[in-house]
Amino acid sequence: MDLFQYDFMQRALVGALVIGLTAPALGIYLVQRRLALIGDGIGHVALTGVGAGLLLNRSPVLVAVVAAILGAVTIELVRARGRTSGDLALALLFYGGIAGGVMLVGLSDASSANLNAYLFGSLTTTSSADLTTIAVLGASIAVLMLALRPALFAVCHDEEYARVAGLPVRALNLLLAVATAVTVTIAMRAVGVLLISALMVVPVATAQQVTRGFRSTMTAAMALGLFAAGAGIWVAATADTAPGASVVLLAIASFLVVALAAAGWRVLRRRATPAAVTAPEPHEVVLR
Amino acid sequence: MTTPVIQVGHASVGYDGRPVLRDVSLTVTAGEVVAVLGANGSGKSTLIRAVLGLVPLGTGSVELFGVPQRRFRQWHRIGYVPQRLGAGSGVPATVREVVASGRLARRGVLRPPGRADRAAVEAALRAVGLADRARDPVATLSGGQQQRTLIARALAGEPELLVLDEPTAGVDAASQEAFAGALHDFVGTGGTVLLVAHELGPLRPLISRAVVVHQGGVCHDGAVPEPAGHHAEPDHDHVHPHGPEEPAGLWSS
Repeated sequence: MDLFQYDFMQRALVGALVIGLTAPALGIYLVQRRLALIGDGIGHVALTGVGAGLLLNRSPVLVAVVAAILGAVTIELVRARGRTSGDLALALLFYGGIAGGVMLVGLSDASSANLNAYLFGSLTTTSSADLTTIAVLGASIAVLMLALRPALFAVCHDEEYARVAGLPVRALNLLLAVATAVTVTIAMRAVGVLLISALMVVPVATAQQVTRGFRSTMTAAMALGLFAAGAGIWVAATADTAPGASVVLLAIASFLVVALAAAGWRVLRRRATPAAVTAPEPHEVVLR
Repeated sequence: MTTPVIQVGHASVGYDGRPVLRDVSLTVTAGEVVAVLGANGSGKSTLIRAVLGLVPLGTGSVELFGVPQRRFRQWHRIGYVPQRLGAGSGVPATVREVVASGRLARRGVLRPPGRADRAAVEAALRAVGLADRARDPVATLSGGQQQRTLIARALAGEPELLVLDEPTAGVDAASQEAFAGALHDFVGTGGTVLLVAHELGPLRPLISRAVVVHQGGVCHDGAVPEPAGHHAEPDHDHVHPHGPEEPAGLWSS
C-alpha cells in the first residue's frame, strides 16, 4: 500500500525535502567557522519560545522564531566581542533555554506529548499553512545563502581580511545568525530541536570527505541533505519509525559509507603508486 | 604635492591599558616601498594593523589616500596580506576560491563575478606562480604556497597599495623568489607597498625606505640599515628562536 497517496504524508515529504536542502546550505558556513553546534544551542533557546507560546496561547512557532532570533543575535554579539568568555556565555544561554522551555511548557496546559513534538519533530501533523511557512522561509534562506556565497565565504574564511576589504562584516554575521534561527524553527517541525543541528552539519561533513572546494562541498551537501530527507521519510512511512530520527540516522549512515569508501580509495591509490615520495621543502632558516 | 597614500600622525595604541605604540608618525607616498623592521614584539605588526583599522587607535590620526581612516570607504584601493589565515577553515576551499574573494572589495557583495573578475583572478594566480595549483585545496599547499595564495588574493583586487604582514616569515626560498617577482611587477606598475618584515631576504633590492620600530616608537626612518656585526658575515646562518606563536602552516592552527 502506498502511504504517499495521503495528504499528510505528502506534506511531510515536501517539508522534509525543503529542510534537507536548506539546512546544509546554511550549515556549511557554520562548519567553516567551527561553530558546528550553534544550531543545537539556538534550538534550545527556541524551546523557551515554544513554552512561552503555549503558555500565552500564541502560535508556539512564531514565538519560537522571535526567541531564536534574539538568542542567535546575542550569541553573535558575544562571539564578535571576544572568544574567552564566549564559551561560558553560550553554555548559560543553551541550558537556560532548555530549562526555561521545559518549565514554561509544564506551566501551560500542554501535554508532554506536545513537548515531544517540538523536541523530536512531528512532520505528519504538519498543516498546509505550516507547509507554506516552511517552504517560503526555507526557499528564501537557501537562495540567500547561494546568492551571497562569495561574501559569506570571505567573512567565514578570514574575517579580518573581509573587514579590510570593506565588506559589511557585522551585517553579514547578523544575517547568518538570523538565518540560523529561522532555519532552526522551521526545522523544528521536521526533526525537532534536538536533531536539527545534525541536518546542518552531517551532510557537510559527508561532502567534504570527497570534495576539494567550497562550492563543490556546498552542492554535494545540499544533494546529500535532500537525499537523507527523502529517503528518511520513505523509511519512516514504510517501517513506521519516527521521521526525524530516520532522516538523521540516514544522514549519519551516508557519512559512514562515504568516509569508509574515501579511506579505502586512498589506501588503494597509495598501494598503486608506492614510489610517490614527496620531498619536504628545504628549511630557509634553522629553527632551534 | 600629491596626497600621501598613508599618513600616521602621533599615533598611540594600547592593548588592555598596556601601551604597544607610542607617538608614532609615518608618511608613505605613492610609488614608495616601505619596510617596517623591528624585533618580535616591537609593535611593528600593530602599526600596520592600526593603519588598516584592525586595532583601535588610542590617540593620534591615520589617513588613507587623504581621507581619515574612519571615513575611508574605498577599500578596493588597498590589498591586505595577513601573516597567515587566522581562524583556519573547517570546510575545504580551492586556491582559486580563496583568491577570488580578493575581488569582493571591487565588485561589492551583491554583484556576481563577471569576465573581468575571472581574468583578474587568473592574472593574480599567474603572478605568484600558482596557476597550476588553482583547483587544489589550500590545505594541501606548503606554507610558502599558502602565503603566495594570500598575496594573489590581494593582487586580484587590483589595489594601489599593498599592505603585507611578515610576507616572508617561514617561507621557502622558491616561494620567496616568486613573491619578490610578483612584488617587483606590482611596483613596476606604480603600486605602493608597506610591509612588515623580520628579515628582507630577496626583497631587499625593492625596498626604497626602511622604518625601524623599537619598543613602540620609530627609531630610524630612511635608508635600509646594513646588517651589523656577525649578521653581516656572508655565511651568517640566520638563526632565530621562533616563538610557538608562529606555526609552520598558515592554515594549521
